[in-house]
Amino acid sequence: MTDSTSPVPAYVAPATLKERDAARQAKRISARVLVYAALLLWTFISLFPIYWTITTSFKTAVNVTQGHLVPWVDFQPDWKGWRSLGLSPDTIGRTSTVREEFLLRFENSIIASVGAATLAVAIGSLAAYGLSRFTYKFGPWRNKDIAFFFLSQLILPPVVLAMPFLVLYKELALLDSKIGLILIYTLMVLPIVIWIMRDQFDTIPLELEQAALVDGCSTWGAFFRIVLPIALPGMVAAFILSVVLCWNEYFFAALLTSTNAKTIPVMVASQTGSQGISWWSMAAISTAAIAPLLLIGIFLERYIVKGLTAGAVK
Amino acid sequence: MQGSSPVTNAQDFPVASENWWTGRRTLGQALIILGSIGLAAIVLLQLLDAMGATSLGFTNWRPSLYAYLAWAICLGAGQILIRGEAGHRAVFLLPALLFTIVMVIFPTFFGLYIAFTDWNLSSLSGRQFSGLDNLRAMLSDPYYWNAIRNMTYYVVAVFVQYAIAFGLALLLNADIRARKFFRVAFLLPFMLSPVAVSWMIGKSLMEFRFGPAATLARHLGWDSPAFFTTPWIARLSIMAMDAWVWIPFIMILLLAGLQALPKEISDAAKVDGASPWQSFWQITFPLMLPVSVTAIVLKIIFQLKLADIVINVTAGGPGGATDTVSSFIFREYRDRSNVGYGTMLAEVYLVIIIIFVMLMLHFAGRFMRKVT
Repeated sequence: MTDSTSPVPAYVAPATLKERDAARQAKRISARVLVYAALLLWTFISLFPIYWTITTSFKTAVNVTQGHLVPWVDFQPDWKGWRSLGLSPDTIGRTSTVREEFLLRFENSIIASVGAATLAVAIGSLAAYGLSRFTYKFGPWRNKDIAFFFLSQLILPPVVLAMPFLVLYKELALLDSKIGLILIYTLMVLPIVIWIMRDQFDTIPLELEQAALVDGCSTWGAFFRIVLPIALPGMVAAFILSVVLCWNEYFFAALLTSTNAKTIPVMVASQTGSQGISWWSMAAISTAAIAPLLLIGIFLERYIVKGLTAGAVK
Repeated sequence: MQGSSPVTNAQDFPVASENWWTGRRTLGQALIILGSIGLAAIVLLQLLDAMGATSLGFTNWRPSLYAYLAWAICLGAGQILIRGEAGHRAVFLLPALLFTIVMVIFPTFFGLYIAFTDWNLSSLSGRQFSGLDNLRAMLSDPYYWNAIRNMTYYVVAVFVQYAIAFGLALLLNADIRARKFFRVAFLLPFMLSPVAVSWMIGKSLMEFRFGPAATLARHLGWDSPAFFTTPWIARLSIMAMDAWVWIPFIMILLLAGLQALPKEISDAAKVDGASPWQSFWQITFPLMLPVSVTAIVLKIIFQLKLADIVINVTAGGPGGATDTVSSFIFREYRDRSNVGYGTMLAEVYLVIIIIFVMLMLHFAGRFMRKVT
């Protein structure tokens, strides 16, 4: 590749060779130390805020103000934060309005994100399959233009849609409803789902369906019985990525919901304003809000990576 | 209607099915026409009702929504009946297409209408057409242009994120142990919701009095580590938080690109005696260009929507130094209920974004992976 010619002498005395080997060895070890140091540094940067949040939810006021960091070593864990949420061992049996509110928000978040991800994967997979296999012609539009139309929705910033949707949802009586959130979240993740799924379908050889069609399968039969099972990993990736994006969505939820359909991020955001710094309870709410995401991140990381890298990298 | 249109490839079908075939066509056309008439009728009735010409007592526009759904089903069924196999194929695409069109077209046009009114939710007079007043107000609104200028800073920050992400991707691609652990650890920040991040980092870690980041900064000799009081430090703090969330995204893309590179090339370079530095700049980096440009373009597109963190940590402060366009318009809606003006700002921003992204795709497009 490069035309750098390293001047290797024809004969090197054994002693200098050994010396050079030792030097190389030292260099390699120091390089490895540097690599691991950098890796550990970034691991610390990535994980410390998460660690800090989880431990803070077990602190009392004194521990917060004195900046204690390590549980059991420099502070005694306390259920204070979780008690304020009604989720500590001693309050879990009792009725708690805060807990009810929290669980309602949690449920809303689950329904909105899972509902939207399901809908988006359903209609997105169909469209992606169509775009990958058939040739369409809607007037001057070809497959490429249709695919670009879907993808171009990614550019649309939420602020542009926010006000019209507020008015539209008011007229449709969808304001502050989970259906309304599901619809708008579906719109938000649909381009990503189509992108991932089209990439997925493109990798499945055409011969499989052709064989099925020859055997008397209909187009739909071939799609559902032959193609879909093969494309399942891609669908799972698209689904999980969609769930994560919808779970984290704040902008629309803040504008379009008030009491009924409020989601977890809106609750977290509203708490920061009203309660000053009752850090332990904020930390508890934040921990609960990110817990599902941490679990997904740890156990389903493979699918997230698959979803993110679809199409962009081959 | 064309009740007896000849079937072109009639020899493929028995005679009985040919009759059935023409019947299907008619049925399909009837379905589509009926559906369209139904949709038009219901929308018309609702329009009349809304304008006060009739009083049928519609409480909301739901009936029109259901009529649209019914029309969509009629259209799909009609396509199958009329065009057979081609219709089946069209039905794969129709749900997503009809959904996107109805969810985007209406808000876009209605948004354009709102943008030219003086609508303020807290004023009693309702909305009135105000021509170009909003546009004129926008041109002389220093805060809006300030927000646009901030966006350019935030977009430039993407390149710093990219550099760090590339370094991390190289580290992860090196011959290391426990790669999976590091990959999961590095990816986790991307999973967290920006709102939670705002509290976790912005409001607690970087808190002036007790936050560990502030304590650390004091130890390092910064006497008053206030992360959100002076413009540039506040802006950098927001950028740092945004980078914390988004670096994993860029890193994952780059890592996938690195892993797809043929191993022989870097081995060959090593044999030829190239130093790691040379082999990176002359081999890896050029080969990674398509992935790099794709990652940067995607991240810039997401960066243009940046809002959640700013809204929750600084609300644009101090003095608008950290404002993004989205967070500025968000406050225009929420705090001042200035719907007409806010929408005009959003529409103008959309136009700017579209031009910017088009230019970016035009110039970067030849380096990018095929996207569509």
